Amino acid sequence: MMMIARTRAWVATARLSDAMIERCLLLAALSAVSTLALITLFILREGLPVVIAEGPWAFLAGVKWAPSRGAYGLLPMIVGTAVVTAGALVVGVPLGLAGAITLAELAPARARTLLKPMIELLAGIPSVVYGFIGMEILVPFIRERGTLGGPGYSALAASIILGIMVLPTIIGISIDALEAVPRSYRDGSRALGATQWQTITGVVLPAARNGIVAAVILGMGRAVGETMAVIMVAGNAVQFPGSILAPVRTLTANIALEMSYASGAHAQALFATGIVLFIISLALNSIAGRVRGSRRKATP
Amino acid sequence: MWVMWASTAVTVGLLLFIIGFILKRGAHVLSWEFLFTNPRQSGALGGILPTVVSTIWVSAAAVLVAAPLGVSAAIYLAEYTKESRLTRIIRSGTEALAGIPSIIFGLFGFAFFVTTLGLGWSILSGGLTLGLMILPTVIRTSEEALRAVPRYYRDVAQSLGASKWQSIRSVILPAAAPGVMTGVVLGIGRAISETAAVIFTAGVALRMPLSPFDSARTMSVHFYTLTMEGISDDMAYGTASVLVVTILLINIGAYSLMNRLTRRYR
Amino acid sequence: MSRLVTVAILAGCSAAADADVPAGGVITLAGSTSMQPFAEQWAEEYHGGRIIVQAGGSTAGIKAAEDGTADVGMSSRSLQPAEITGLTQTVVARDGIAVIVHAANPVRALSLVQLRRIYAGEIRNWRDVGGADATITVITREDGSGTRDAFQQFVMGEAHEIATSALVTAYSGGLRKMVSQDPGAIGYVTFSQLNTQIHAVSIDGVMPSEPAIASGAYRLQRPFLFLTRGVPTGAAKAFITFVLSDAGQRLARTQGLAPVSLE
Repeated sequence: MMMIARTRAWVATARLSDAMIERCLLLAALSAVSTLALITLFILREGLPVVIAEGPWAFLAGVKWAPSRGAYGLLPMIVGTAVVTAGALVVGVPLGLAGAITLAELAPARARTLLKPMIELLAGIPSVVYGFIGMEILVPFIRERGTLGGPGYSALAASIILGIMVLPTIIGISIDALEAVPRSYRDGSRALGATQWQTITGVVLPAARNGIVAAVILGMGRAVGETMAVIMVAGNAVQFPGSILAPVRTLTANIALEMSYASGAHAQALFATGIVLFIISLALNSIAGRVRGSRRKATP
Repeated sequence: MWVMWASTAVTVGLLLFIIGFILKRGAHVLSWEFLFTNPRQSGALGGILPTVVSTIWVSAAAVLVAAPLGVSAAIYLAEYTKESRLTRIIRSGTEALAGIPSIIFGLFGFAFFVTTLGLGWSILSGGLTLGLMILPTVIRTSEEALRAVPRYYRDVAQSLGASKWQSIRSVILPAAAPGVMTGVVLGIGRAISETAAVIFTAGVALRMPLSPFDSARTMSVHFYTLTMEGISDDMAYGTASVLVVTILLINIGAYSLMNRLTRRYR
Repeated sequence: MSRLVTVAILAGCSAAADADVPAGGVITLAGSTSMQPFAEQWAEEYHGGRIIVQAGGSTAGIKAAEDGTADVGMSSRSLQPAEITGLTQTVVARDGIAVIVHAANPVRALSLVQLRRIYAGEIRNWRDVGGADATITVITREDGSGTRDAFQQFVMGEAHEIATSALVTAYSGGLRKMVSQDPGAIGYVTFSQLNTQIHAVSIDGVMPSEPAIASGAYRLQRPFLFLTRGVPTGAAKAFITFVLSDAGQRLARTQGLAPVSLE
């Protein structure tokens, strides 16, 4: 009798603490979401006042940025970010896609186990090191070779460096997308007489299209969010770039350049820049997620 | 076809070039003195000891935040729930957090930890901010590791009478340990190479930090400062070499852990 | 586990290294990044207490002194009338702002008007000021920098603004490095930053030099100020006294600052 009662009590306590543990774990799981909420709250809290005071149009459409004199135009920086990101994709997508195809379709397994970690190692290199290499090698190169002149610190330099930096992202996610395409697709295509190249371009790539698009969008997100490397090579001039050789400033650089000094309305304006950046990266992230989600539906 | 191979060669070649370039110019600076001496003249002479110590402290603080939270979250996602609206919210939140630019984390850390919580520019502020930044990485990798543990582990544990938590704690978690540790190690690697978030939370003081409330300059911030101020090319290359070698070791460590995991389930 | 051990060992080392800091108190300096390296030098030489130097910019330094976040605020620009209330300003050194060009650039003299027009983007080629046929690359500091404020105030004046096409960097050492690498570049740095990699340019006939700055002949200059809430007392006063002493001023001059006065 006592045994049964004691066992029941023991099981009851176990179940109780199990429930408590589950609650704790749930709290932990919510930590990422709550952090996101917290970040949103604080960025808005610091940046919104000046946006409301000046009106969002002054930020999004204004062409002059001189916060110490009350000018808060972010448009040159928005354009700068757009130009540099587009340039990064021009560099990164062809190289990245080719690399992904090579590793997923063409390379023997042993080469893959060697090369894939190496490419992921590219992602581990600090962005300041990339920027440094850009400063020491790329910028002087552009300055001395560019037929149109230009100081070397330019949208071109930033695009190239960023393109290299997003390679691991694009390659990694594209490889996942390619590997998710069922073997039967390839086998069927080859059985019908197609060459490997025809199989890749005609069957595998279209099937993996959504995943690859997601990879590109996530690469975009990475480029949009990069700060240090861009500050070091883009020149940071607050202007609309007249050519790829002109210096530009991105939204991220805008924040980092002036953050150490700023106070009052100037600091708020930088947080406002952060709001714009935040919205852009959330948007890119959710688009990528939606594209990826539809991939899961597409391949049966 | 060769275009594909050539592109891959270019990509790999870039990696090797970057590492080689840094190490070639920085290797001669590396020495035990370099690592264990204090810097003089804002870092133009001497070594980088305070930055090494600061990096260790800040990374440790980040891991102390990210590891418990991240692994617990992963356990919840992997073991306790089926796919539902709640898990979808959690997952999208984690994914979104992973995509937030590091400068936004810097702004947030400055507004929240440094200013509102009053921690000031400190190792604590920097570590907490970085911890939140690497949280998604830890969650993602840990969840994968937990899901990789075969079903029958759980079935056997529960048929022996263990409660859910007991089976997780004593059986599943140890089995998933290599994968979980990989996630933590990769998170450390990310924390070490991070600059934008750290500058605005941990500050740039070049002194040896004596407490978690002290401002501290990590190696990557020191490297950035040396470079941008043009203080010393040699010291910059040397610091970069330490950073690159550390990242290399961390990545190699992570991969050998991953291999141990896959080997266990072959 | 081994990391804990390493941290413990390193923390022990650091504690040992600082063991000779006397209990004379800790004071915090915060403010101008231009002044930061000098403050760190003074702090290194000062043995009466532990000095912590933070940057943040002149405006932040003024505020920090006002609200007590720092014991001593550092400002490399003169204060606005509204900012002076309650603060005591002590001039600890004078800093000239030198206009610099690439070492191979033949142009060594500019008038203030020419300089202004170059920075406003109106003069775009070196040949228009007596140099080679090359595009001028204008480099400036970022908005909010005390050095830029001083340059804006003395060179551009109220009516003109620095061209938006100018390259911007947040670091004076970096600006100098950029000028030393680009043959067509022009920039400005503090006088103490002058070295053999670049050349200073005379403004209206006056070259920046220690006597010219200390006497006021070279007009492109600003005072380095230590700010305290009220009259400096205690540990802060002791440190400021050191900085103003012969030893402190000599240290400043070896670093390229002009002394407070010519004696």
